[in-house]
Amino acid sequence: MIELRGINKTYSLGADECRALIDVDLDLGRGEFVALTGPSGSGKSTLMNILGCLDTPSAGRYVLDGDAVDGLNEDQLARVRNRKIGFVFQNFYLMPRMSALDNVAQPLIYRGFSPASRRQRAAEALQRVGLDQRLHHKPNELSGGQRQRVAIARALVGRPDMLLADEPTGNLDSRTAQEIMTLFTELNSEGHTLVIVTHDPGIAAHCRRIIRLHDGRIVEDRGKEPTEPAVATAHT
Amino acid sequence: MQEWIYALQECLRSALASVRAHTLRSFLTVLGVIIGISSVICVFALMQGLTRSITQQFEGLGSSTLTLSAYTPLSDALRGKVNHLKPSDLEQLRYRVDGITNITPLVFAGARFGAEVRNGTNIANGQLFGTTPSYQDVNRVYPVRGRFITRQDDESRRRVVVLGEQMRKDLKLPEDPTGRFVQIGQEWFKVVGLLEPRGVVFGQNQDSILLMPYQTALAVTGVLTQQPDLWVTFSATDSDSLDDVKHRVTALMRRLHNLKQDQENDFVVQSAETIAKTISSISLTLTLVISGVVGISLLVSGVGIMNIMLVSVTERTREIGIAKALGAPRQFILIQFLIEAMVLAALGGVIGIALGYGMAFGLSKLIANSLEGFPSPTVPWWAVLGSCGFSALIGMVFGILPATKAANLVPIDALRYE
Repeated sequence: MIELRGINKTYSLGADECRALIDVDLDLGRGEFVALTGPSGSGKSTLMNILGCLDTPSAGRYVLDGDAVDGLNEDQLARVRNRKIGFVFQNFYLMPRMSALDNVAQPLIYRGFSPASRRQRAAEALQRVGLDQRLHHKPNELSGGQRQRVAIARALVGRPDMLLADEPTGNLDSRTAQEIMTLFTELNSEGHTLVIVTHDPGIAAHCRRIIRLHDGRIVEDRGKEPTEPAVATAHT
Repeated sequence: MQEWIYALQECLRSALASVRAHTLRSFLTVLGVIIGISSVICVFALMQGLTRSITQQFEGLGSSTLTLSAYTPLSDALRGKVNHLKPSDLEQLRYRVDGITNITPLVFAGARFGAEVRNGTNIANGQLFGTTPSYQDVNRVYPVRGRFITRQDDESRRRVVVLGEQMRKDLKLPEDPTGRFVQIGQEWFKVVGLLEPRGVVFGQNQDSILLMPYQTALAVTGVLTQQPDLWVTFSATDSDSLDDVKHRVTALMRRLHNLKQDQENDFVVQSAETIAKTISSISLTLTLVISGVVGISLLVSGVGIMNIMLVSVTERTREIGIAKALGAPRQFILIQFLIEAMVLAALGGVIGIALGYGMAFGLSKLIANSLEGFPSPTVPWWAVLGSCGFSALIGMVFGILPATKAANLVPIDALRYE
């Protein structure tokens, strides 16, 4: 489903050049559960930004779900993010003044859903992550684990091809982190494709495939499945 | 299409939410708009009320009506000369100008009599005029009791008068005063009619009036030898020939008054329309000047809105980043912030209109206390729409910069913004 070929990302810091990613080739299949690990500065966040279409590679080819993504303009990338990718961030990044329901419904605004159908789908997504009792709470009325569940519901609501989680447990205590990872495992078994960026080997251990980066290169790719599993993802 | 409506609906909702989240800040931001719009509405309302009541007065005269009156140019006034029209001018006008009708002389009889009318011990003061029957048609005022002055009254110089309603009340005459006698100076006059009430305009009671036949007025006041205060209204038989008639009357008067080529007219021929036009052009000029001043204050408040919107964009950089990560297109963010700026400014406009109307109403009440008959303010719909639209336009123009800044944020940078 994902095909990266010869991806390079170069940042220029004044006169110096920083090569964040060097010739990365990567294939991800539908229904995979992947951990991107590596020490800080290894390029894993840059790789995730490129996978999530938040950033574009300096060179290389990225094919997502059969469509080339490199070379798209900003609005086209926004459309890809909205329809094919669900983000979960370390700091949750919820809108502070909006209820859980409105937060979850937000991506659907950009798809032109009616307010009623947005709420309907948002409520379903919140139910899936076990927060159907907290629909109208604001983020500051929720615990860290509940906030992350809201964020996961928001990532799920658009029925994307892939969930991208950037250190999703980084701000949670270990018990809550376990709960979130259990939720991720469940979602994967329901057919969702998951990519989790983490530096924590304990978290990475939950994943079926572990890709380790170092200095901008993939140095290890463990547990790669030879064929795509037959589990179908829900399509929008 | 439907998707756009949902998106706009969402933009509007989030704009209102953001205004509500910073109530005090929003209020202070649009204070300039409120002050600007309320003052423009207040001035408009007062001026419009005034202009409307004046034009209503002149409408009674009809558009083909002309007024000939004496005019004293500054050069004459400096020499102590005051110009008058003579009764002979009226006669000449009557027989030597074609295409005019309803020639109505109006002689101000008040000055000679001290404008005092008596009925026993009851004394009334008011305007005393001598005129002819056509006065009714020119001024559109008709008797409700008895009759008006007739041609026979005028020709035989009968001592009859027609009273205004206020004059009747002041003299404590019965509801139907016809047949009663009133005293002006040493002369007695029979009341033959009562005019319909006309109300108060500019502190002047239009019903405090007494009319007598033109010839009677000239005779009893002995003005044939003196200089009476005379003016003449007349209509052109064909309203298209108004300028023509004006021209002929001017030529005749110049000849009658023996004016040399380089001498200024010592009279004026005015149509009701030109008088009304002059008044409305004065009010328009005033309105424009004030609008200009207010326009500048609105520009300044627009800069204030821009400033606060820039702060708001900076404050909400993270939120913008999240929205973009979730797939908000550039346009959506742009429109969201534009609408927020417009909502801010338009809210100021709405508050300003309400406040301005309130101020105009209060002011006119206050003025009416000392000046009876001051018209109540009128806010024309175009002024309301115009100020709402203009403030929204201000919001839009000054919202462009902040909205563009928001729309152009790079998602990953905006997300990382602390």
